[in-house]
Amino acid sequence: MKKKKNFRGNTLPALVMVGPVTLWLLLLVAVPLIYVVFMTFCSLDANYNLVFTFTLDNYKRLFDANYVQIYAQSLLIAFSTTLICIIAGYPFAFLIARVFTKKKAILYMLVIIPFWTNSLIRIYGWRTFLGSSGWLNNMLTKLHIISEPAEFLFNRGTIILGMVYCLIPYMILPLYTAVEKLDKSMIEASKDLGAKGPATFLKVILPMTASGIFSGSIMVFIPCLGYFFVADILGGGKSDVIGNLIERQFQSGNNWPLGAALSVILIAITLLLVKIYQICGGDMENLGV
Amino acid sequence: MNRRIKEKIKYTAGIIYCALVYVFLFLPIVVIVVNSFNATTSKPYLSWKGFTFAWYGKLFENTVLLASFGHTVLLAVVSTLLSTAIGTLAAVGMYKYHFKGKGLIDGLLYIPVVIPEIVLGISLLTVFAKASVPRGMITLVLAHVTFSIPFVIFNIRARLSGYDNSIEEASMDLGANRVYTFFHITLPVLAPGIGGGALLAFTLSIDDVIISYFTNGQVKTFPLKVMESIKSGVAPDVNALSTLILVGTSLLVILTQSGIFSKHKK
Repeated sequence: MKKKKNFRGNTLPALVMVGPVTLWLLLLVAVPLIYVVFMTFCSLDANYNLVFTFTLDNYKRLFDANYVQIYAQSLLIAFSTTLICIIAGYPFAFLIARVFTKKKAILYMLVIIPFWTNSLIRIYGWRTFLGSSGWLNNMLTKLHIISEPAEFLFNRGTIILGMVYCLIPYMILPLYTAVEKLDKSMIEASKDLGAKGPATFLKVILPMTASGIFSGSIMVFIPCLGYFFVADILGGGKSDVIGNLIERQFQSGNNWPLGAALSVILIAITLLLVKIYQICGGDMENLGV
Repeated sequence: MNRRIKEKIKYTAGIIYCALVYVFLFLPIVVIVVNSFNATTSKPYLSWKGFTFAWYGKLFENTVLLASFGHTVLLAVVSTLLSTAIGTLAAVGMYKYHFKGKGLIDGLLYIPVVIPEIVLGISLLTVFAKASVPRGMITLVLAHVTFSIPFVIFNIRARLSGYDNSIEEASMDLGANRVYTFFHITLPVLAPGIGGGALLAFTLSIDDVIISYFTNGQVKTFPLKVMESIKSGVAPDVNALSTLILVGTSLLVILTQSGIFSKHKK
């Protein structure tokens, strides 16, 4: 009798509340990822059907020189993007959270509003702006700064610009939270004790906001490797990221086992970076928003 | 130099810097809005041929484009409702009860947040193909709920950290049952967290490109329709629709921020 009461009292409500999410995550997160890893050991028969043969061929193909070059380029793009987001985003987050405090709610909102316009079309907006008959070229020729339209598009620089554009909010928002939490009295104490501005920044403010930089970097670096549409629209298919390689295997290339193996690279990079993040004392919960 | 002037210069430099960042963030949106009034009719619709409202009229004749927008709204509403319901139950349940396997659920929750979208997209695609689930609106909803749930849960959790369990006990001591208590005590207290989570889920859903790209089948959402048209040049009616969406969502959020949310703030 007592046991039954306990079931109705605790087990049943717990099951009703946590059951759906558990089932959902197992079926639509755990199983698919395990299946992708399983698929990397499969091969294709003559009719492009998957057959399980336990082959390592897909992994061997990952070392193809063309692919290795794209991994390197993709990592370079992700590093540059993350660095630019930190350097440009930090002072901005600091200013809106601590200097223009009266208007900070509006200023914060203005960072989120661009998200409501689809990111694809915003990236296309950049292409319109930078294109050979685009606004920038028109302006520069009218001002006689250049005589011929210059080609700003379709190089690594424009891909980085597009990545920074898409991802900088993910850097600004955690930085904003970290800066907002800063204890003002600590900064004053540092100044009272005779520290100059730069010393206060390096020894007090920076360490106290490092958590924001870490979580922002994770949220910028990892997606950067997969955003194939940015490379497509602004890179003109000339410079790819790892995401483009994967996308091609699942669309035109139609080689799912190879695409799965390429995805395992991204999974491995993600796990590695998250591990480093945790070792540095990062809180997983901060990655949520 | 006078200290006050120095401060003033610093402050002005700060304003200029922030303004530049906002210019960067809003520049492509300005391009989109301006091009929605472009009178050009020839592909790729880039050169300026004068001002017109015509595209806003033509937009309502473009049934394919409107249908894609309909898909996006339907998908966002259904997946937001589902992920908010599942996420709210889960957040409260995980906060109140201790059970085996909680760590596993937590670990699984972080995966959609940190893993590149393309990996989640292709892994869902392969499983749907393997299980012979026909790709379409249903698989899109399944996919969108999957990446939204964690964000809903994290939002509610932030709210739960200051939650006082004794108000639920008081409700039950006064004779209310568990379900009544959940709907009349727990939910209203958590409303801002739930609202914030739902708004985030909705935003993620309408903006999603990559995961939809792999799970959509024949159903085109608005972003996927844009993707398709990029090769031949995006027509100004797409810009017109984007402008309307931007104005619509801005109004919606201003209304909810000033209305519903302030009621529970206290």
